[in-house]
Amino acid sequence: MTPLIEALLLQAGYNAALVAVGATLLGFAAGAAGTFLFLRKRALVSDAVAHATLPGVGLAFIIMVSFGGDGRNLLGLLLGSAVTAGIGLLAVEWMARRTRLAEDAAIGAVLSVFFGFGIVILTVIQTMGSGRQAGLESFLLGSTAGMLFQDAVVIAVGGSLAVLATWIMRRPMTLVAFDAEYAAANGVNVPAVDRLMMGLVMAVTVIGLKIVGLILIVALLIIPPVTARFWTERSNAVIWYAGALGGLSGYLGAALSASAPDLPTGPIIVLVSATLFLVSLLFAPVRGLAAAVLRHRRFQRRVHRRQGLLALSRSEPIHDELTLRVLRAEALIRADGVATETGRAQAAKIARDERRWDVAREIHQDTGLTGRYDGLTPIEQVFAPDEIAEFDRRIGGPRAVAGGV
Amino acid sequence: MGSEFVMFSLTPMLIGVFASVACALPGNFLILRRQALIGDAISHVVLPGIVVAFLLTGVVAALPMLLGAAGAAVLAVILIEAIKRLGRIEPGAAMGVTFTTLFAGGVLLLEQSDTSSVHLDVEHALMGNLESLVWLRATDWSSLMDPWALAGLPEELPRIAVVCFAVILLTLVFWRWLKISTFDEGFAQALGLPVGMIGMGLVITAAVAAVAAFDAVGSIIVIAMFICPPAAARLMTNGLERQVLWSVLFAVVSAVAGYVLAGYGPLWLGAEDAVSAAGMIATVSGAILALACLFGPHRSRVGAQAEA
Repeated sequence: MTPLIEALLLQAGYNAALVAVGATLLGFAAGAAGTFLFLRKRALVSDAVAHATLPGVGLAFIIMVSFGGDGRNLLGLLLGSAVTAGIGLLAVEWMARRTRLAEDAAIGAVLSVFFGFGIVILTVIQTMGSGRQAGLESFLLGSTAGMLFQDAVVIAVGGSLAVLATWIMRRPMTLVAFDAEYAAANGVNVPAVDRLMMGLVMAVTVIGLKIVGLILIVALLIIPPVTARFWTERSNAVIWYAGALGGLSGYLGAALSASAPDLPTGPIIVLVSATLFLVSLLFAPVRGLAAAVLRHRRFQRRVHRRQGLLALSRSEPIHDELTLRVLRAEALIRADGVATETGRAQAAKIARDERRWDVAREIHQDTGLTGRYDGLTPIEQVFAPDEIAEFDRRIGGPRAVAGGV
Repeated sequence: MGSEFVMFSLTPMLIGVFASVACALPGNFLILRRQALIGDAISHVVLPGIVVAFLLTGVVAALPMLLGAAGAAVLAVILIEAIKRLGRIEPGAAMGVTFTTLFAGGVLLLEQSDTSSVHLDVEHALMGNLESLVWLRATDWSSLMDPWALAGLPEELPRIAVVCFAVILLTLVFWRWLKISTFDEGFAQALGLPVGMIGMGLVITAAVAAVAAFDAVGSIIVIAMFICPPAAARLMTNGLERQVLWSVLFAVVSAVAGYVLAGYGPLWLGAEDAVSAAGMIATVSGAILALACLFGPHRSRVGAQAEA
C-alpha cells in the first residue's frame, strides 16, 4: 500500500502530483457543472458534445502544422475541440427543435457522425509527414503519462474558471433546471441560460480530454450529480456535493493509477466514481436501497400491529404469522395469543381512535384534515385536543358504559 | 475496375452494406420508441463483453466473443432498468452511469491483461478494420464461381450476412407485433401481446446486430447506422413500411458511398493514402441525415409548419 499512500500524499513524483491536482480540479468542475445538466434531464447531451470534440482536435492539429507549428500545443488542440463541440451542440439543438426527431435521436446522430468524421481526420493525419508521432489517439481515452507542467496549468486554470462560472450562475441555472416555464415567467432568459449551461459542460469536456479522454468524460459529468442526488434534496447542496464527489473521484483515481502500472487514469477515475455511486445507491440515508427496505419493513410492522390490535379489540382470532410476531415482540400478547394488560389497553385506544375518526368524518367535510386518515396516523397529530374532546362528547358512549359498570 | 475491385473492394463493401442494413432495421423501431441511445449504450458495453469473453476462453474466436458481447448488452439493459427503478433516476442519466462504467471496466481489463499477441485494442474496437477484409484469392468476377476462391472469403462476410438476413427475417415475422407495440403500447397490451418481451427482443436483436457488425466494422458505424438512416427515413415519409425501406436504402448508399469515398476520394484529391472507411461511412450517413433535415418532405412536426 505504500505506493498508494505516497500517491495520495502527492509524493509519487512530479508528474503524478500534477495529474492528481489536475484530476481533482477537473472532477470538481465536472461534478458541479454536470449537476444542472442532470437536473434539466439532459445528461446525455454531454455525450454528443464529448464525441464532437474529436474532429476539432484533428483539424486544429492540421492547421497548426500547416502554419509550421508543432501541432501538439494543448491549448490549440483544446480550442479546436471546443469549436467542433460547439457546432455539434448547435446541431443537436437545431435538430431537436426544427425537425420532428426527438432529442435522443439528435444526440446519437451528432455523436456518431462527428466521431466518424474525427476518425477520418485522424487517418488523414496519420498519412501526413509529421503525423505519425502526433499521438492524437490519446485524446480518446486520455493519457496522463508525460503530462507537461503547462498542460496541468491549462487544466487547473480551466477547471477553476468553470467552478467560478458555476458559482456565479448557480441561481438562474437552478431555476431553469427545476422549472423552465416558471423561470421564463420570472423573466429569466431560458435559452441563454441553457446555452450557458451547455457552454460550461463543453468547457469541462474540453479540459477533461487530456486526463480522461472524450469517451469517458461524460461519466464525470453524469455520475457525481446522480450520486449527490442520493444524499440531499436541496439543489444548492447537490451542486457542491456533486463537485466534492467528482473531486474525490479524480483525486483517488489519479492516486490509484499512479500507485501501480497498467492502471489507466481515466477509466480508474470513472470506476472510483462508479463505486461511490454504488455505495450511495445502497446506503444513502433517505433515498438509498437499504433505507427504503428498512422503511418498508417498519411500515409493514405498523400496519400489522394496528390490524392485530383491532382484531384484539374485537376479540377476533389472529392467524397471520407476522402480526403475531409483531404483537409478541412488543409484549402486547402472550405466547399463547392471549392479550396482555398493555395489549388490551392499546387495543382499546386504537378502537376508540377509530370511532373518533368516524365522528371526525361526519363533522369535518374538509378532506384536507380527514383525508389524512390512513389508519396509521395518530388522531392527535391531525386534530387539536379540544376537537378530540368534542368527538368524544359526540360519541358519548364510554362514559355511560363506564358509569354502568 | 475488374479484378482489383473484386479482390480489394467487393468484400469490404458487402460487409459494410450487410452491417449497415442489420443495424438500420432495428434502429427504425428504437428511434420511434425513443430508445435511440440504447444503440449507443450497447456499442459501448460490447467492449467489456468481448474482453471478458477473451479472458475466459483465451482465444479471439467469433462465437465466445459474440456471446460475451450479447451477454454484456443484456446485462447493461438490466442494470439501466435497475438503476432507473431502484434509484429513481431519469433514464438518460441511468444509461450514462451504466455504459461509461462498463466501458471503463472494459478498458481497465484490457490494459491489465496481456492482449498484445492478439488483435484486440480500443482503437480497433472503435474504428473497425473494414479495409483489411480483402479477398486475396479472387482474381476477377469469375472467382465468384470458384470454390477454392470462395473458401478464402474473409470469415466476417458470411457471419454478418447471416446476421443481416436473420434480422430481416425477424423484422418480417414480428412486423405486426413490433408495429403495434411501438405505436400504441397500451393497445398492444390490451390485445394480449407480450409487450415486455417484444421490447426486450428488440434490444437483444439490436445487440446481436451491433456485435456482429462491431466485429467487422467497429462500434462507430454501429451507432451511426442505428440512428442516422432511420432518422433520415423518418423525415421522408409518414408510413412505417416506407420508412423502413428508405432507411435500408440510406444504409446501403452510406456504406457504398462511404467506402468508395474513403478508398478513392483521397486519390481524386491528389493524396496517396486512403482514409478510414468506417469513419467515412458514418460521415456519409450524417450528410444524408443533414440533407433530410433540410429538405425532407416530412421534416417538421405536425402543426409546426407555420413556424419554419
